[in-house]
Amino acid sequence: MKGEGDDGAVGDIELNLLVEAIYHTYHYDFRGYARASLRRRLKAALHHFGCATLSQLQSRVLHEAAVFGELLEYLTVQVSEMFRDPGYFLALREKVVPLLRTYPSLKIWVAGCSTGEEAYSMAILLREEGLLERSLIYATDINPNALRKAEAGIYDAAKVPEYTENHRRSGGRSSLSDYYSAAYGRAILDKSLRRNIVFSDHSLATDSVFAEVQLVSCRNVLIYFDRALQSRALDLFHEALCRKGFLGIGLRESLRFSSHADAFVEVAREDRIYQKVDRA
Amino acid sequence: MSGLTLPAAIEAVVIGASSGGVEALRRLLPALPAGLAASVFVVLHLPRGRGSLLAEIFGRVCALPVREVLDKDPVLPGTVYVAPPNYHLLLDSGPQLALSMDEPVEYSRPSITVLFESAAALYGPRLLAVILTGAGADGAEGLAAVQRAGGCCVVQLPADASVPQMPASALQRTSADFVLTLEDIMSLFRQLPRSSA
Ligand SMILES: C[S@@+](CC[C@H](N)C(=O)[O-])C[C@H]1O[C@@H](n2cnc3c(N)ncnc32)[C@H](O)[C@@H]1O
Repeated sequence: MKGEGDDGAVGDIELNLLVEAIYHTYHYDFRGYARASLRRRLKAALHHFGCATLSQLQSRVLHEAAVFGELLEYLTVQVSEMFRDPGYFLALREKVVPLLRTYPSLKIWVAGCSTGEEAYSMAILLREEGLLERSLIYATDINPNALRKAEAGIYDAAKVPEYTENHRRSGGRSSLSDYYSAAYGRAILDKSLRRNIVFSDHSLATDSVFAEVQLVSCRNVLIYFDRALQSRALDLFHEALCRKGFLGIGLRESLRFSSHADAFVEVAREDRIYQKVDRA
Repeated sequence: MSGLTLPAAIEAVVIGASSGGVEALRRLLPALPAGLAASVFVVLHLPRGRGSLLAEIFGRVCALPVREVLDKDPVLPGTVYVAPPNYHLLLDSGPQLALSMDEPVEYSRPSITVLFESAAALYGPRLLAVILTGAGADGAEGLAAVQRAGGCCVVQLPADASVPQMPASALQRTSADFVLTLEDIMSLFRQLPRSSA
C-alpha cells in the first residue's frame, strides 16, 4: 500500500468523478457509499489494474466494460458466513418465529445476501421450525458473481466446523450435516433448501420495493452506506414490511438515521431485531 | 522522561495493541486526562468469538467515557472509542466513525493498519499514533502512513512490551518519533491538552 501520492483533496475529487462515471455508464450507484472503506478498496483496485490514479482507472472503466465487471468485485464486499452471530438466529427462533407461525404463508427478504450463506441459514432455520414449506425467501444483491455462487450453494468444506458450531449455538434442532453433502473439499447444500429461495438482482440504492414481506434481514450492508443511503434503504424496508413485520440488521448497525426510526420497536435489543408498529 | 514534548495540536490519538494489550491498555488509558481535547480510538485484537466487554473493562479505569463503536457514530472530543470485535474501524470525514466487514488485513479484523491509514488521511499532522505490545505485524503499514502524513508516531519499546514482535515490526518499517516504555507513554499522555474550559 505504498505510493498513495494523492493528497486528500485530489483523491476526493477523483473518487467523486469515478463513482459518477460508473453511475451514468453502468447504473450502479456508489455515490452514497461510506467513503473511507470505499477509498481503501479502490486503492486495492488501483494496484490490481496497474493504474496510478483513480482518473486513470476511470478512463479504463468508461471504455472497457470488462474492467467494470472486475472492479465490481472490489466495490462490493463478499464476506459472509452461515449462522453468523448465532445469537441473532436464536433470537429469531425465540422472538420472531412464534409470530411468523400465525401467517398461512410467509415472505422473507434477505437484502444484501452476498454468496447466499445468510439466506440458506434462514432456510434451514425455517425448515427446523416447520415453516419452510410455506415460505418464500427473496435473497437479493447487486453482485452478479455472488448471486451465481449463491444459486450454486457450494461452500468450502474448511468452513463447515465453524458453521456447525454457529448453527448449534443458534438453537439448531438438527445437525447441520443433514443439510449438505461433502465432496472434494466442498460442502454442497441440499438442493431442496433452494426450492423456497429466489435469488435476484436488486439494489438498495436504486431499486424500489417488490413485495410485501413479514421479515427483512439486512445484515452488514448498511455499514457500507452513508447516513443518507442508510435512510433510503431503511425506507424501503419500512415500505416492504407488513403491519407488525420484523426487521433484523447487523450487530453494530442502527436505525438512527431512518426517518421511520420511531416506527420500529426493539424486539431483541442486543441482537438488533425490530418490529414495525402502527403510528397514528 | 524529561524533554519529550508533543506537537501542539493533537486532535486524535489512535492506539493499536494485540497480545498483552488488555493489560497494557488498563495501565495506559487511565493516564488520559479528564476533559481531554482529543478523541481516542483503540484497536485491540481479540480471539474470535469473544463477546466484547472491553468498553466496560476500560471504562472502569478511565477518566473519559469509553464506547464500543456503533456504525456512523459521530466523533466527540474527550471520548475513547473501541473497535467492536470482527469489524474494521475506520475514520471518515465529518469526522464520524465507520465500520466494515472487509477481509482481514494482516490476519486481523479489526486491523490496526486500517484504522491508522484512515486516521492519517483525515487528521494528517494532528494525529498521535501508538503501537503497543503484540504478536504479528499489523499496524506497521498503518504507522508508516501516519508518518507520511506528518503525524506523530510512538512505539512501545519492544523490550518493555510483554510481546515484542508487533512493536519491533513497526520499528522495522518506520523510524518512530518516540520509542518509549509504557510508563513513558503514560507521561506523554498526561501532557495532552484539555479542552479550554
Ligand atoms: C459484507 S456482505 C454481507 C453479507 C451477509 N448479509 C452477511 O451479513 O453475512 C455485504 C453485501 O452487500 C451487498 N451490497 C452492496 N451494495 C448493495 C446495494 N446497493 N444493494 C444490495 N446489496 C448491496 C454486497 O454486494 C455484499 O454482498
